[in-house]
Amino acid sequence: MGRTLAQKVWDDHIVRSATGEPDLLFIDLHLIHEVTSPQAFDGLREAGRKVRRTDLTLATEDHNVPTIDIDKPIADPISRIQVDALRQNCAEFGVPIYSLGNEQQGIVHVVGPQTGLTQPGMTIVCGDSHTSTHGAFGALAFGIGTSEVEHVLATQTLPLKPFKTMAITVNGKLPAGVTAKDLILTIIAKIGTGGGQGYVLEYRGEAIQALSMEARMTICNMSIEAGARAGMIAPDETTFEYLKGRERAPMGADWDTAVAYWRTLPTDPDAVFDREVLIEASELSPFVTWGTNPGQGVPLNSTVPSPDQFADPVDKLACEKALTYMGLEAGQRIKDIRVNTVFLGSCTNGRIEDLRAAADILRGQKVASDVRMMVVPGSVRVRLAAMAEGLDKVFIQAGAEWREAGCSMCLGMNPDKLTPGERSASTSNRNFEGRQGPGGRTHLVSPQVAAATAIRGTLSSPEDLLSANLVSAGS
Amino acid sequence: MDKFTVHTGTAVPLRASNVDTDQIIPAEYLKRITRHGFEDGLFSAWRKDENFVLNQPQFKNGSVLVAGPDFGTGSSREHAVWALMDYGFKAVISSRFADIFRGNSGKQGLLTAVVEQDFVEQLWKEIENHPDTEVTVDLETRTITAGALSSTFEVDEYVRWRLLEGLDDVGLTLKHVDQIDNFEINRPSYKPTTV
Ligand code: SF4
Repeated sequence: MGRTLAQKVWDDHIVRSATGEPDLLFIDLHLIHEVTSPQAFDGLREAGRKVRRTDLTLATEDHNVPTIDIDKPIADPISRIQVDALRQNCAEFGVPIYSLGNEQQGIVHVVGPQTGLTQPGMTIVCGDSHTSTHGAFGALAFGIGTSEVEHVLATQTLPLKPFKTMAITVNGKLPAGVTAKDLILTIIAKIGTGGGQGYVLEYRGEAIQALSMEARMTICNMSIEAGARAGMIAPDETTFEYLKGRERAPMGADWDTAVAYWRTLPTDPDAVFDREVLIEASELSPFVTWGTNPGQGVPLNSTVPSPDQFADPVDKLACEKALTYMGLEAGQRIKDIRVNTVFLGSCTNGRIEDLRAAADILRGQKVASDVRMMVVPGSVRVRLAAMAEGLDKVFIQAGAEWREAGCSMCLGMNPDKLTPGERSASTSNRNFEGRQGPGGRTHLVSPQVAAATAIRGTLSSPEDLLSANLVSAGS
Repeated sequence: MDKFTVHTGTAVPLRASNVDTDQIIPAEYLKRITRHGFEDGLFSAWRKDENFVLNQPQFKNGSVLVAGPDFGTGSSREHAVWALMDYGFKAVISSRFADIFRGNSGKQGLLTAVVEQDFVEQLWKEIENHPDTEVTVDLETRTITAGALSSTFEVDEYVRWRLLEGLDDVGLTLKHVDQIDNFEINRPSYKPTTV
């Protein structure tokens, strides 16, 4: 019987397999950041162990770093201590690190792909649940806990129990104006925030193949929001095209060998998945969340649901609670919801393509006077690339804040936070209570919807701008 | 991880059931960056009460915790185990433990011994009446003795083996270091490095 993409990658990394025991898998790349690594290094130190493969390990500072005044010491003592600890640990154990101020610094899941480090067929781990992002390249990539971080540091392997596989096939073409973010929010609303538990998801079908690498990363990034540990997309010409010439990608003859191997990775036609989900791309439209988990979403062009619409008592109660927290009324038009803040950034939508898409909409326009818009590139390289294209000027002229790279308001560990009751349209991946700051209310959206919302002040799609212009031009 | 074969020490009677991980160590301690020094966080809310068992001088130096059923429920934080061990506990005795807590304990080298609730009650009485009673937890024979009292206890066979051998997860994997070496030799050379 044929094998799936995930099974092939798994099989190619088995160091040891014994009945009744988990498989021991080799890890090709271990990414670390300041929040989940300090105790792991402590454990090594105590046991007198070293980092086995510093050359397969890479650290970056992202969760805590400020996005303004980065030349000054970090003001928040807890953030500063965590960042300092990472720097000391990396120095002591010889792990390469991209520190604040370095041109390579950025969000861990933006840094891996942009250098070409993230490649098809690799196993990639990080003490961070959104490691699933790297699956966009056909890598098996997932988040791990602190004990596991220590395990990988010491052994470059991880004992793992087998997983189930789920195919999510997206047939047809996405309508104009519908993005990868809308697609993944729709998928999560369909299968639920627990629907992917125990599975590795493989996204496939015509609509997925048509996506750019950036868009594929947006999709795989949010696999964890459907409960799955990993999401994958088979490597193809788009993948190879993206990787070719990047500094960590194979060169010369190595490139040909690698591509030949990568071409063997896609799921065999006769492989069987444990579960299959079908989505018709043509039925999709811009999608936004109204509640406090990423599965609580609806089309932008609809209304806030009522608890009565849910048959399951658990969902009904969740809806009631979410409406109260979000300060929304059942039946309210989504497009009537006013926001205070628009956040463009994060490892979901903080890449150059995302900034371009938003800038295209903001060019020559103004952010509504009562709205604050923050643009936070996912990495320094994204920031510099955007500046080379003049995107920073577009944002600044529109009245948005142009910041330094980092996680920023995605989780509010640095000073970029919502205040209690403040409402945001955010291109990040989690709308949990308090995620962007205590009491903050988050609506997850695509970069395009974020930009249109910033201009109109209410949740909007770019199309709404066109019709508004037509109306004003005609009157 | 240190080997665990036999441990003898005085015990602390914790007459409470459903002691969850938030009580063992509150969330505010999770911001720390070290793996040690969590002893001050152990039961920190309860320790504000001067009558709490750990505040009683006769129980200050206990190394065996005797607790009510369902010890360690709640979040998966590994800090709960670190806090108990940093404080000086080597073993926890209870009639029932939460699964994740038990798993974490096994990983870190804290013995969780399961006995009948009856025996827990007897132990409580014994150590409350005679706080300097030495309690011996013998992992090889799977028995607990305290004065005239004695009982066998249950422990997962795999965890027992690891504790007796002093093997943590990393230690176990490193037993197969030859296979890791081998795998590395055969890894394709085009795979990227970070340096
Ligand atoms: S951007 Fe947000 S989701 Fe991504 S790594 Fe940072 S905190 Fe996590």
